[in-house]
Amino acid sequence: MTVLAGATLIFLMVHLIPGDPVAALLQDQFTAETYAATRARLGLDRPLGAQYLLFLQNVATGRLGTSFRSQRPVTQVLAEQFPYTVELATGAIVLAVGLGVPLGMVAAVHRGHAVDYLTMGAALLAICVPSFVLGLAFLLVFSFHLGWFPTIGAGGGGVLDTLRSLTLPALVLGLRTAALLSRIARSSLLNVLNLDFIRTARAKGASRRAILYRHALRNSLLPVITLLGVTLGHLLAGTAIVEIVFSRPGIGKLLVDAVLSRDLPQIQGTLVVFLVIVIVVNTLVDLAYSVADPRIAYA
Amino acid sequence: MREDRAAMDVPIAPAPPALSSGLRQAVRLLARSRGAMFGLVVMLGILLVALLAPALAPYDPVQQHLLDQNEPPTAAHWLGTDRLGRDILSRTIWGARLSLVTGVGSVLVGAVQGSILGLVAGYYRGWVDQLIVRVIDTLLAFPLYLSAIFVIAVVGPSQLGVVLAVGIAVTPVFARLARGESMEEREKEYVLAARALGNTGARVIVAHILPNVVAPLVVLASLTMGDAILVEAGLSFLGLGAPPPTPSWGLMVNDGMVVLTRAPWVSMGPGAAIALLVLGSNLLGDGLRDAFDPRLRGTR
Repeated sequence: MTVLAGATLIFLMVHLIPGDPVAALLQDQFTAETYAATRARLGLDRPLGAQYLLFLQNVATGRLGTSFRSQRPVTQVLAEQFPYTVELATGAIVLAVGLGVPLGMVAAVHRGHAVDYLTMGAALLAICVPSFVLGLAFLLVFSFHLGWFPTIGAGGGGVLDTLRSLTLPALVLGLRTAALLSRIARSSLLNVLNLDFIRTARAKGASRRAILYRHALRNSLLPVITLLGVTLGHLLAGTAIVEIVFSRPGIGKLLVDAVLSRDLPQIQGTLVVFLVIVIVVNTLVDLAYSVADPRIAYA
Repeated sequence: MREDRAAMDVPIAPAPPALSSGLRQAVRLLARSRGAMFGLVVMLGILLVALLAPALAPYDPVQQHLLDQNEPPTAAHWLGTDRLGRDILSRTIWGARLSLVTGVGSVLVGAVQGSILGLVAGYYRGWVDQLIVRVIDTLLAFPLYLSAIFVIAVVGPSQLGVVLAVGIAVTPVFARLARGESMEEREKEYVLAARALGNTGARVIVAHILPNVVAPLVVLASLTMGDAILVEAGLSFLGLGAPPPTPSWGLMVNDGMVVLTRAPWVSMGPGAAIALLVLGSNLLGDGLRDAFDPRLRGTR
């Protein structure tokens, strides 16, 4: 349902785009004949309703048309770029969860101490500095001055090479999410630690460690998962900026390039892919709830 | 970015004041919050700089001095010059105007649109509500950046495009809040009275419901500002905003990308300005929320 609504929205908006893509495509080869021929070839001469139905049918069957610019099937272009973005996003999520959640927990346990102020201060900073500024600063320090990481590209073959090229972009993309997660993890854990059942556990003589790991941790995870679900969509959209800063291939960069060159099928197709990813991610997040909290069951 | 405020609250903070205790207590609470006051000072400072830009900027922001390319910060150019010899401090000062205007403008667009949609949906319910909720939910499925890029694709890259794009992208958040508030208010007796007196729906919404729900909407607007500024800067960085040579912070950071190793100050000056503005508006927004409407915690 959401896919259908989203796809409809995408179609409508893309067709609202002013300016004639065919004229832009032909440029100096523009004549009345080539114009009509190109329009017919791209299917733009058909009525809007027919184009819409065709679009829906194509989305359902996974055919997204031919890119105006590269003259290749949109799906093929996407398939080439997609793995790079998945790589980047996965790296970013791993870093975000791996950094953010433990740091938030540590801050909560040491509430009011230096560790708490330090992590929360760093988190606030990470939220306010735009990713492209952070990315450039990291490039400057770690790649150019220290030479630890390559400056551009996604690495040649080889796992190590790929990881080396991935570290900085994934860090930049994931840091903001890590900061958001650490804050929610901290406040959620603090909330849970104030609840009655924790007092009961303490009263029956459970150790601090047991209380934290056995009782509090799992119960504080729900808000973290919720936030993760919301941020993931944002993280995906953020790939565009990170891919451009680090000159990496990927579908974020693809989308921006398509927008700048008015490549309608490519814009349309890339947005559909983004939409599907966001919806899949949200579904996974819903499923993760029931893992974290067995009381939430899905029939 | 919609969600980031959810994490801010310290749960054992003093209990929020009773809502009825009024404006004075809220203001006192606001004044006591160090973060909020810092945010307020930063915002006022940037506002002042933006207003006084012509007097403060030492050079013309678009004037090129091709003999002074990529100069490091000196007494003559406090933040250095870019690859066309333009003074970065002057461009950053003028950029404050653009950032504030687009930030406020886009939040205004979103707040007005969203409030109208949400109030109408919540008041009339029925199929109108269903339709609006469906649209809101669909829009919410798109991350902020994506919806913004999407709108830019339609209206074309320009500063006005950015305002519209960010405005439309934040609309569903306002619509959701306004709808909830208006659903709550419509059941109250004063609304019933207003209807019994023969007021039209539109009049009931504007004259009676709106004044009662405007406070949380204003707080939400201040909370959204930081995100709006970030997205706006990101869009201009991507080249989807104002065209060169406009002194826009995002664009300036992009300008510096090609000379990053030789002249890092070209990117870092305006980059720091964006971070400062976002920091200020986030801190102020949080303070306003805690003081005026603690219920909003976790709405984003």
